[in-house]
Amino acid sequence: MRYLPLTETDRQAMLATIGAKSVDDLFKDVPEAARNSASIDLPAHKGEMEVERILSGLAAKNVSAGSVPFFVGAGAYKHHVPATVDHLIQRSEFLTSYTPYQPEIAQGTLQYLFEFQTQVAMLTGMEVANASMYDGSTACAEAVLMAHRVTRRKKAVLSGALHPHYRDVVKNLSDFADYELDLSAPVIDGTEDLIARIDDKTSCVVVQNPDFFGNVRDLRAIADAAHAKGALLIVAVTEIVSLGLLASPGEMGADIVVGEGQSLGNPLNFGGPYVGLFAAKQKFVRQMPGRLCGETVDAEGKRGFVLTLSTREQHIRREKATSNICTNSGLCCLAFTIHLSLLGEEGYTRLARINHANAVKLADQLAAVKGVELVTSSFFNEFTIRVSKNARDVIDALADKNVLGGVRASRLWPGEASLDDLIVVASTEVNTDEDRAAYAAALSEVLS
Amino acid sequence: MSTIKFTEDHEWISVEGDIATVGITDYAQEQLGDVVFVELPEVGREVAKGDEAAVVESVKAASEVYAPLGGEIVEVNDVLDGAPATVNEDAEGAGWFVKMKLSDPSELDNLMDEVAYKSFVAGLD
Repeated sequence: MRYLPLTETDRQAMLATIGAKSVDDLFKDVPEAARNSASIDLPAHKGEMEVERILSGLAAKNVSAGSVPFFVGAGAYKHHVPATVDHLIQRSEFLTSYTPYQPEIAQGTLQYLFEFQTQVAMLTGMEVANASMYDGSTACAEAVLMAHRVTRRKKAVLSGALHPHYRDVVKNLSDFADYELDLSAPVIDGTEDLIARIDDKTSCVVVQNPDFFGNVRDLRAIADAAHAKGALLIVAVTEIVSLGLLASPGEMGADIVVGEGQSLGNPLNFGGPYVGLFAAKQKFVRQMPGRLCGETVDAEGKRGFVLTLSTREQHIRREKATSNICTNSGLCCLAFTIHLSLLGEEGYTRLARINHANAVKLADQLAAVKGVELVTSSFFNEFTIRVSKNARDVIDALADKNVLGGVRASRLWPGEASLDDLIVVASTEVNTDEDRAAYAAALSEVLS
Repeated sequence: MSTIKFTEDHEWISVEGDIATVGITDYAQEQLGDVVFVELPEVGREVAKGDEAAVVESVKAASEVYAPLGGEIVEVNDVLDGAPATVNEDAEGAGWFVKMKLSDPSELDNLMDEVAYKSFVAGLD
């Protein structure tokens, strides 16, 4: 087969076969008013040097994360990724390897997947983890579907402080599968009453910790209440570094834990690719989505690794598979595993402490600015502030002063007027004292 | 005296009074190969004829087992949880899947007896 563009003859032959006179005929179902008949005004072709100059000029208009004091989080976090990580993941054995269907030639890939699963299970306090999903939000939606299978119920209760992107992915899958969702207005201070919303039809309760606004929550009472009604507790973790300090979801009674693994080993990447974490209690393993790697012995009794429990998956189980996701974020989860291995348990805990300490320092500095109120009382590396002006204008004015000051809550909850003055602010190990001083000074000027 | 009946989906049903014991036939286990897991329904569940009642998973494939008759699941074979290979060793005995209380025992009349099933299987090869 040749990969050449269509010729006019090819095009005519195809049109003749389906009985259309022209390509325009194919669009006749689109109302006239919705069609753009004017030609699109694009510049003529240019030489390579000229294109490079124009694009560099456009790129220079961006204020990039690494170039200014940066405090943006809300589900994606800027951490330092050691150069070793990038060096190792670019080895061709890792970078170009395909799905490890043949264990006899894929032991390296299978071993790192197994180690990744082990790390995720240990961090989340669960018994079994899969080889990763696309990202935190798809993992969250898959967890809801899994809970429906386990409980044979159809209704999910979602926290009002679950990341709106996660909520939307759950909603997309639920709407088209006829599942019920119990949604809530945003709750900014971590005090929502989820227990009152759990009933005999509830399959699962989905809570984020720390939640979208940064609140660190004790989930034990919610876990008990869910279990008493035969429902499962799903905990979503968007900042995996937090588990270096906080009680794991497993310790607090979670049945399924999902998360975003980007914080370890992966740069912001313009929003993706990321790596979804998915872990659960052992008794639910057969209802888990995604790929699972297991440890075994070969014919000579030597330790080895294979994909296992594949009968859950689409290539064998077809439409009855536990998930349509039959793949994983291989390279991103490798980066996660290498970074976490480099840190070790001690380094990971220390990283978490530095994050928290930096966020506390920043919160104190910002709270001292006239016109700022700290909304979050218990947080890890992210918190919410209320400002005395419209948050959109404040963020823009800060950017003009070369400070990327966070995410306004109204951006993720459009139409919720009560959130108009809220900014979600993150501070990781990359922020220096100078960064924090610059933020406080800029904010003070903007709000004066 | 129990009656044994068979379905075209390779299930056997042994009836005593209004309680039917259901499993997969020896022919079915041979086709499946080594059974590694059996997912059984919860006790108390009402199933209609043709509903998915169990899933049997072998090293080759996973297959649904459909309820051959309507009724209520009154007991499941917990032995299969720890020893799924029992299905291979004794498919038509110790490897049974579920016991059901039949809602309409007359449905049995539509199923094959042993002789009919044997000739049905012979026709498949």
